[in-house]
Amino acid sequence: MRYLDEYRDPVAARKLVQGIERAMTRPWTLMEICGGQTHTIVKFGIDRLLPKALELVHGPGCPVCVTSLEVIDRAHSIASRPEVIFTSFGDMLRVPGSQGDLLELKARGADVRVVYSPLDAVELAAKHPYRDIVFFAVGFETTAPANAMAVKQARRRGLDNFSILASHVLVPPAIEFLLQSPANRVDGFLGPGHVCTVMGTEEYEPLAERYGVPIEITGFEPVDMLEGILRTVEQLEAGEAKVRTPYRRVVSREGNPHARDLLAEVFDVCDRKWRGIGTIPASGYRLSESYRAFDAASRFDVETVETRESPICISGEILQGVKKPLDCPAFSTACTPQTPLGATMVSSEGACAAYYAYGRHLEAATTEVAR
Amino acid sequence: MSQPLTGPELAGSCPIPKSRYPEITMGHGAGGQLMEDLIHRIIVPTFDNDILAALEDQATLSLPQSDSRLAFTTDSYVVQPLFFPGGDIGKLAVHGTVNDLAVGGARPLALSAGLILEEGLPIETLERVLRSMGEACRDADVRLVTGDTKVVERGKGDQIFINTSGVGLVAKDRTLSIASVRSGDKLIVSGTLGDHGIAILSVREGLEFETTIESDSAPLSGLTEKVLATGAPVRVMRDLTRGGLSSVLHELARSSQVGLVLEESAIPLKREVRAACEILGLDPLYVANEGKLVAAVPAESAEDVLDAMRQHPLGADAAIVGEAVADHPTMVLMRSAVGGERVVTMISGEQLPRIC
Amino acid sequence: MCLGVPGKVIDTFREHDILMGKVSFDGVVKKICLDHVPEVEPGEYVLVHVGFALSRIDEQYAREVFELLDSMGEIAELKLEDPGS
Repeated sequence: MRYLDEYRDPVAARKLVQGIERAMTRPWTLMEICGGQTHTIVKFGIDRLLPKALELVHGPGCPVCVTSLEVIDRAHSIASRPEVIFTSFGDMLRVPGSQGDLLELKARGADVRVVYSPLDAVELAAKHPYRDIVFFAVGFETTAPANAMAVKQARRRGLDNFSILASHVLVPPAIEFLLQSPANRVDGFLGPGHVCTVMGTEEYEPLAERYGVPIEITGFEPVDMLEGILRTVEQLEAGEAKVRTPYRRVVSREGNPHARDLLAEVFDVCDRKWRGIGTIPASGYRLSESYRAFDAASRFDVETVETRESPICISGEILQGVKKPLDCPAFSTACTPQTPLGATMVSSEGACAAYYAYGRHLEAATTEVAR
Repeated sequence: MSQPLTGPELAGSCPIPKSRYPEITMGHGAGGQLMEDLIHRIIVPTFDNDILAALEDQATLSLPQSDSRLAFTTDSYVVQPLFFPGGDIGKLAVHGTVNDLAVGGARPLALSAGLILEEGLPIETLERVLRSMGEACRDADVRLVTGDTKVVERGKGDQIFINTSGVGLVAKDRTLSIASVRSGDKLIVSGTLGDHGIAILSVREGLEFETTIESDSAPLSGLTEKVLATGAPVRVMRDLTRGGLSSVLHELARSSQVGLVLEESAIPLKREVRAACEILGLDPLYVANEGKLVAAVPAESAEDVLDAMRQHPLGADAAIVGEAVADHPTMVLMRSAVGGERVVTMISGEQLPRIC
Repeated sequence: MCLGVPGKVIDTFREHDILMGKVSFDGVVKKICLDHVPEVEPGEYVLVHVGFALSRIDEQYAREVFELLDSMGEIAELKLEDPGS
C-alpha cells in the first residue's frame, strides 16, 4: 500500500538504526505516547534492533485501556436494557467491567454490535426508529471529531433515538501528569502523530519547555518510529528540548481546523478518571450544553453508578512508566489477554498485552532459566 | 521460579483453572484458545478415547481384512449471511467436510447432511442452498447419501444450520499426523491467506466495504491427491479454517513438540486482503480460509511438494512460509519484514476490528 | 492508539449535508467522511481513522525521510557486510 510499504522498508529501517547507534553517546530513556506505536515496536521487533542503551517506556497507551471501570459499568448498565442496541468499536468489547465484558453481556442477551465508524451507529438509529441506539464514544483527540460528527448528524437528521456514552481522554494533560511524577525517568517523548493531525502540535510546546523534554511528533510505521527515535536522541545529545514533527506528511502545527471547530461546538473539556491512574484534571471531553440531550449517561440515568477499581492490578504504575508488566505478580498467570484484570492487558496495544503477545515474556523466561 | 512465564502457546501448562466465561460466548466457536479450552477440558475427557484425543481433522478406524482404514469426520455450518461473495453455506458444508477427509490422505466416499431449518425460511432459499450443495458434491466427486431435516420455531435458529459428516478410505500405511513434524521440516501453504474471512466481513452489517475478494471455499481433495502422488514423505496436512494459519500451526507445534518460525515476507496474501486487514486492524494470520491447507514436509521434499501444488489450480499461489526448529518447542515465531522477531500467539476468541 | 490508514480518494459526494467520498485502500473501497478535509480532490491520499479522513497526505513531506536516508547511504553499506553485529 502506498504510504505504508515504503515505511516498512528493511534497508531504510537498518540505516536509521545505524544512525541511532552513531548518535548515542550515553543511555537514554524514551517514551512512546501511543499504544499504536507500542504495537509497531513489538510487532516488528524494533526494540530488538535498537542499541541496548536506549530504553523505550510504554506510555499511557490507548483510550480503550484507560477507560475507567466506572464508565464500563455504566456502559454495561445501558447495554443490558432491552430497548437498547449498544454499538461500540470492536476493541471495547473485551474490556472487563465489574460484571464481565460486553461479549458476556451479549451472550446473556444484550444487543451489542460492533461498528467501524460512529456514523454506522447513526445509520442504525435511522434504520431502527423504535430502538435506542447508544454509541460508546471512547477515544483520544483522534477519534473525538468522528464521534462529534455522529452526534451532530443525529441532531441534524432528527434521530432522537441516538445517544452517546462519551468517555474521551486528552493526551497533553496525561503527559503533564507523567512528567509531574517524581518517579519520572523519561528523557524524551515520541509524540502522538494521529492525535496531532487533529489538534496540531502547539499545545506540546509549553510541556517541552516547562519540563525540558524533547518531543518528536512521530508516525506509526517502523521507519516513522525509527526516525522519531533518531531525532529525539539527536535533540537529547544536543541538549535541546523542542517540539518537532518528523510526521509532517499528515501533521501541521495548527492541526485540522475543521475538526477542531467541530470539537469546540460539540464537546467541553472536563476532568476524567483514567483506569489505574485516577482523575486527571481537564483531561477529557463531555458533551457541551447544547448537545447534552444526546448524553446516554443522563438519558438512561446511570450517572449514579460508581465503581472502585481492582487493588491487585498495577496498570496505573505501568501506564505511568514506573513499572513494567513483568513487575506484576498477576502478569501471565491470573492476568492474560483471555482473562484481563486491568487496562493494560485489555487492548492488543496495552503494554501488558503487547508484552504478552509479542514475546517479551519469552525473553524474561529465558533470563529466568539462565539464572 | 519453578515455572517460567509462558506464552499462550503453552496454555496447557498455564495455571488457568477454568475459562473466565461462565457462559458460551461467540469466542468459544472462533477456533482459538477458548474453543481449545472447551475441547481439552470438557469434550475430550468426557469421551475418553485415543482416536478422539489425537485431535486429527478426521478419525481413522481399522477395517477388518482391508488395505484401507475408514476415515470419518463431521462439521457443522453456521454462517451469516447465507450467501456471500464466492460461496454460500451449502458449498461450505460440502467443501469443509471433504477437506477434513482429504487432508488426512483419505479419498472422500460419501456424505450425510443434517438440516436444521428455522420456521419462516423461504423454500426458495432452501432450494438454492441445496442446489449449491449438489454442485459442490459433483465438483468434489462425492455423493450425499443420507440426511435428516428438522424445523425449529422462528427465532430459535438462524435461517439454516447444516451439519455434514463424511466417510472416506485411507491407505493403511498412510501416517499423516499432527504429532509427526520434525525440526528442519518446511511449512508450505497452498495459497493466499484470509480470503474467506475477509469476504464474509465485507458484507457484515456495520463493517461493509467494496472489494473483489471472494471466499476461497473449494474442495481440496484434488490438490491433496496431487501432493501425495509425489511420493514425498509428507508429515501432515491441515486445512486452514477458523483461527487461520495461526491456530493450525499452534496445534502442530504443540502436538509435535517443535518450534515453528514463519517468514512474514513469504506469506502469500492478496493485496486487498492485506488492505482490509490494515483498515480493520486485523492480523491475516488469524483470518479464516475455506480452501487452503498447510503441509509440513521434510526439507529435501519441499520443492517437489511445492511444484506439485503449483501445478494444481488451487495451489497456484503455494509458497514455503517457514520451517520447524528444535528451539522454543510449542512456540510459533515470525520474522518481520524489517528483521525483528515476534511471537505469534494463539488468538483467544474472535478477532475484533480495532480503532487502535 | 488510533489506527490510521492511508487511502486514495476516488470520488466525493454530499450525503445528509456533509462531504462524503469513496476511498480506495489498495482496491478495498469504503465510504469515508471527508467533511474535515473539504478541499480534498479525487486522486489525493488521505489518512483515515474510524471512517473519517483526518488529513491529506503531503507528498513532499512524505519524501523527506528518504532524502535523509539517501544522505546516510554510505554508513549503511559498511554495516550491511557485517549483519552479525
